[in-house]
This record gives sequence, structure tokens and C-alpha cells, in this order.
Amino acid sequence: MQLLNASGCLDALTAPDVAQSLDAFVTKTVTPEPRQGNAPVRIAETDCGMLNAIGLANPGRNAFMREVLPQLRELHVPLWVSVGGFAAHEYAETCAQLADVTIELNLSCPNVDEAPESAAQIVRACREVTANPLYAKVSPHSWDMGETVRAVEAAGADGVSMVNTLRGVALDRRLAPILARGAGGYSGPALKPVALAAILAARRATDLPIVGMGGVTSGRDVLELIACGATHVALGTVLFADPAAPARVRDELAQECAGLGFASPDDAFCAALDGVVNVAN
Amino acid sequence: MSRPRRERRRVIAVDAVGPYRLIRLVRGTIEPGIAGQFFMLEAPGRVLPRPMSLCLAPRGELQFLIDPVGPGTFALSELAAGDQIHVFGPLGNGFRLDVPKPLLVGGGIGIAPLPYLSQQLEHPPAVLGFRSDEHALAADLVPNAEVVIDPVFVTEVMPTDRDVLACGPEPMLEAVRALAPEAQLAWEAPMACGYGACYGCVVEIDGELKRLCVEGPVLCSS
Repeated sequence: MQLLNASGCLDALTAPDVAQSLDAFVTKTVTPEPRQGNAPVRIAETDCGMLNAIGLANPGRNAFMREVLPQLRELHVPLWVSVGGFAAHEYAETCAQLADVTIELNLSCPNVDEAPESAAQIVRACREVTANPLYAKVSPHSWDMGETVRAVEAAGADGVSMVNTLRGVALDRRLAPILARGAGGYSGPALKPVALAAILAARRATDLPIVGMGGVTSGRDVLELIACGATHVALGTVLFADPAAPARVRDELAQECAGLGFASPDDAFCAALDGVVNVAN
Repeated sequence: MSRPRRERRRVIAVDAVGPYRLIRLVRGTIEPGIAGQFFMLEAPGRVLPRPMSLCLAPRGELQFLIDPVGPGTFALSELAAGDQIHVFGPLGNGFRLDVPKPLLVGGGIGIAPLPYLSQQLEHPPAVLGFRSDEHALAADLVPNAEVVIDPVFVTEVMPTDRDVLACGPEPMLEAVRALAPEAQLAWEAPMACGYGACYGCVVEIDGELKRLCVEGPVLCSS
């Protein structure tokens, strides 16, 4: 089990020590052209989570390759590059330029227009141009997660990441949307049950590695995602509140495993699939 | 620059200052930093911490002035002596203190960083604006202050031959900037993390959207 950050929830260049406390660092999504992102207001806290509508702000592919990636490599943390675009060929063009990284295709940003092709078509286009490990990050807005996962696997994905944020809206006192864009991506503790259900459904459909994420704030949460079939776990919103979360979550995970009689978190893998957990005592 | 630390700190007391609350925390080994820098304060029961500029740093304490207007600031104002919260900071860039003729300008809860700034600059003159007499009780935290109450604005009494350091609501900062183009202005934006991770707090700087927590919160206006 590796502990990662969710894409867009950490800047390794402003917080290198936080990135180095993870098993791998996942970049903010890189698009072909530079993007300023959406106008503020971009974030809003809700009672059980938060909304964001950042809008894939990033320096664009060329500046990323030339300026950002060399600095990231100096941190000596395994790198995952999140790749975005507005058409399959845009994703593929970025993938073709990346070497020695794991690629996570962002197929599910709720804050920008989507590519016209399906997730599987985008994965296939990228698979044709890269031999790097290729993960597909999918949306929780799917009634049939098994079908989604089987499609991206057939298209050549080496793994899946789930879940991205859910689309949500928050209103201010005068009943106007707080976010300038209106809607945003909903993340935080409220997302965990959604993530658990998505991972369970995906695990029943595939043997591929799954990076689970969605509302993880504690070691117990990590174990629950593993029990539903996640092979790796990513931290998102919790990193905003607690940059020391990776070390804390690992400590809690070790204690949780000890309490349940597991020698390692991997012992909990798929425990929830049978509906039976072998709990010591 | 002081290295930010994130640690749990005990609440010494929460004092009423008019409608505002002054939260007094045990300082421990956390550096107070430079006036205008901010700290992320854990708001009990909320998902995200809240960014607050340091108000005062007497020996052994960190003090923050809060206006309880939303769920986060309300949770902070409800803290009691003995409670513990996580404190992360100092973060961001504070005021430049190497100014020959400083004038502090503040509006409403925007006066929060000015008591500490006043101390660091050895009590220069200040102009403070509030919406009511009750809110203006907070002016006692800033020595040498001239106080105006709505509908009088700070810009109506502010001398223009001084080095302005200001914090307040956005319309006030814009009006101050119009009179004093070289002013140092402390801005505000919703922030999830305070350390450059979330990209939520962007403001337009030189035609580009930049993170206020990294580039600010104090920006030179020219």
C-alpha cells in the first residue's frame, strides 16, 4: 500500500517536506495550454466537506516540462503526472512527452468542459503513445462503476484512480452561489461512503491496481478503502487542514491494524468484499 | 523568515473587544513572525482551518482578533480557556517595516494585524474606521489612532504624505490605493490551506491570478 496525495491537493514546490512524506507525489493536472483557472471565489467550506472550482490552473505542458518537472525530480519522490485535456489527442500528446513517471489521466474534472470522447477512447489514445504506467482517474458520477472500469481496462489502463470530486453547489446568506462558477467539486469527509461504494464496485469488476481516495482523514479511513479493494490510497482535502496528515495517518493505520490483528494494511485487502472481516478478539 | 510550525496550543482566554473576540493562545515555540503574516487556526467542528493574521504577541502568547460572522469564526469565538486547537504559522509575507513615515490605516476587523504592526513600528499614527461605536472599542488595541465611524471613511481623514500600511475591506483598500499608490495593502481571500496547496485564494496580481497565501497577503499596490 502506497500513500499518495490526490491531484490538485498539494504543491510539492511550495511544500517539499509534505511531498517527501508521501510514497509518491501526484502533480496538479497538466493541460496542453497554460490555464489561469476559474475566477474567484473558488472555494467554499460546507458542513461536511468543501467545494472547489479551481479550473485546472496550471502553467501548460511546455512550461511544465521545461521548468516544473526538472524541479520536481530534484525532490527524489516518485512522480505521478496528472494529465488533462479537452480532446483525446491533447491527452495523448502530453503522454508522449513524459518519461519515467506514472501517468494519471484526469478524465473527471467537474470544473471544466469535458472532452467529447469517452474515458476509454482517451485511455486508448494515450496507451498507443506511452509505455509508462497509465492510470485512469474516473468520476463518481457513474451508475455502473464496474462498466466504467472494464472499459478503461480494455482500453489499456494499468490501473484506476477513484474517486474524483462530486459536483456540488453552496449558497450564501442571500441564496446566491458562493463559487463564482456556480458549481464546484465536492470533497472531504462526506465523500468517503461514495468512494467506498465506487471502489467496491470497481474491485468486483477488475484485478487492476486501484488508487482509492475520497474523504480520507484518518488511518481507519485508509483501512476501509483497502478493505473495499483499494491497493493504494490518496489524501486530498485533509492535506489542506493538516500538512502533517501523511505521518499521522500512517501512525493511526498501524494502530488500527494492530487492534484488528492485521500484520500489515494489506491483510485487510478486499475484506469488505465478502462482508466478513476476520477480527481478532 | 520564521519557519512555520503546526502545533496544538492551549487557549488561555477569549476576551470580548466590543463585538469582536480576542483569542489568546499559549505561544510555546511558535514564532510570531512579522506583522501581516497569518496563521491557520483550527476551527473546532469545521473541515477547514481559518486564516487569521496575528493581532498581538505579548510574552508567551499569540493573540488573534476574530469577528464571529460565519460558522468558522463562530466556532473560534466559542473557544474556552483550557481548550486546545491546532495553530499553523506564521505564513505568507507580512508588511515591510523599513518605511520612514509609517501611517497605519484599518477598517473594521481589518484592524486585526495593526496592533502588532504598531508595536513593531514603535506606535506610528493610525487612522481606523468602524461601522459603529461598539465596533470602535477595538481601536483601544492601536495606540495613536484617530477613529472615524461610518458614514465617515478613513480616506476622508487620511494624510497623503506618509507611507501607508493598510488592512481592511476590499473597497477601503481600493480607495486607499487611489490616494496612496505606493501603499502596502493586506488583502483577504477564502483559503483552504494557507500554504500554497489548494489554489483557492487567488487574486489578480499584475494581470495574473496568483495565490494570496504565497505572494501575499501583504502586497505593494503599485
